[in-house]
Amino acid sequence: MPDATDPAVSLRGVGRRYGERVVLRDVTLDLAAGQTLVIFGPNGAGKTTLVRMLATLLRAHAGEVRVLGSALPDEGYAVRGRIGFLGHEPLLYRELSGRENLRFHARLHRVAQAAGRVEAVLEAVGMQGRAADPVAELSRGMVQRLAVARAVLHEPELLLLDEPLANLDPAAVALLGPLIGAGGGRTRVLTSHDPAAGLAEADLVLGLKGGRARLLAPAAEVSTDQVAELYA
Amino acid sequence: MKSAVAALLSKELALELRTRESVPAMVMFSITTYVLFHFGLDRDTIDGDLASGVLWVTLLFAAMLGINRLFVAEHEQGGFDGFLLAPVDRTAMFVAKAIALFAFLCAVELVAVPAFALLLLGPPLGQALPGLIVVLLAANAGVAVVGTLVAALAIQTRARELMVALLALPLLVPVVLGAARATAPLLHQGGAAALPVDWLGLLALYDLLFALIAYAIFDFLLED
Repeated sequence: MPDATDPAVSLRGVGRRYGERVVLRDVTLDLAAGQTLVIFGPNGAGKTTLVRMLATLLRAHAGEVRVLGSALPDEGYAVRGRIGFLGHEPLLYRELSGRENLRFHARLHRVAQAAGRVEAVLEAVGMQGRAADPVAELSRGMVQRLAVARAVLHEPELLLLDEPLANLDPAAVALLGPLIGAGGGRTRVLTSHDPAAGLAEADLVLGLKGGRARLLAPAAEVSTDQVAELYA
Repeated sequence: MKSAVAALLSKELALELRTRESVPAMVMFSITTYVLFHFGLDRDTIDGDLASGVLWVTLLFAAMLGINRLFVAEHEQGGFDGFLLAPVDRTAMFVAKAIALFAFLCAVELVAVPAFALLLLGPPLGQALPGLIVVLLAANAGVAVVGTLVAALAIQTRARELMVALLALPLLVPVVLGAARATAPLLHQGGAAALPVDWLGLLALYDLLFALIAYAIFDFLLED
């Protein structure tokens, strides 16, 4: 039974492999509710694997994963509706419009007053004017904005954001701040390659390299140089 | 689960209406094959067992095109992840896909069966039609259930088209056998005989068996 004092995310010796190749090994951390974990690391370090594991899309091959008080993967059903996931793919059907895609996801997530909520998030991401266009006809930045709208549509408690600002211009970054930024009070796990921007967002920092945790500390105790060393 | 199935099914139909990737190709394939049979057999008309065999083998191969495309959007556009992130029963996707495939097959047959009657069939279709509709619906259910299961398996592999053919064709032998045997008496030159209930029963039993298998294992097909 989840306890109110449970960490929002708890990992104990978590590992994962693809075939024979180990991509994540022995990761242990606790993230308190309402805090932000920023994961740094070069390509192939295991960031995306870890985020997908927290999203219930991948299972750990070693260790224990608990998200919002539920053990994964066995209790995945209990947390899926409470997680908002923004990965490398927008998870939108190209031939459907942005509005149709969001209505589809709203129905899957059983969002109350779905039509109104869909229009609200479309407005929040500045896409109401192009909401009727097929996703295939939109620019990558616009698709990313719709992907953010999809991720927050059901008002999740935990946001998992894998390089969320990719493809976005500064105006779009400012526009999406209220939705996925630190101000929302949500627990967040995000990946970043930008030490300064990432540290500014973080409460807790995890640095991965070769699938191992090379750095795990409160953000206040981490310098940009320490993060940059991960990429050396 | 009903609302998730409804959401998935309406999305499925909307995508097919937009892209027209499956049904038109299946219709074209069927008509072309009947034309080929018309010239290949060097006969103006066929009836009975031969007519039934030609009808069902053609519809089976047309169905393979739809089965091959069934999970492509999910695989290529992140539909699997989008679905798996939602708090819904995973069997909802199987049910929605199977219903969609069933609907596609019915749509194809609305054109393909009259085309078959026009190009190849000797006896008039009218008398056989009520019985034929029953057989078509029972066989479509079998193809939809088996096809959806196979498509979900094959989409995870690199050689999707090959896997669908290798897995679906043997598994669909009982469906085609039952459908062809049940249809043959309906297409006799002397007039349609009664619908053979035993073959229809076999079809129904096979449909049920595979529906239960699919219900039991579909979750695991979507698992990481």
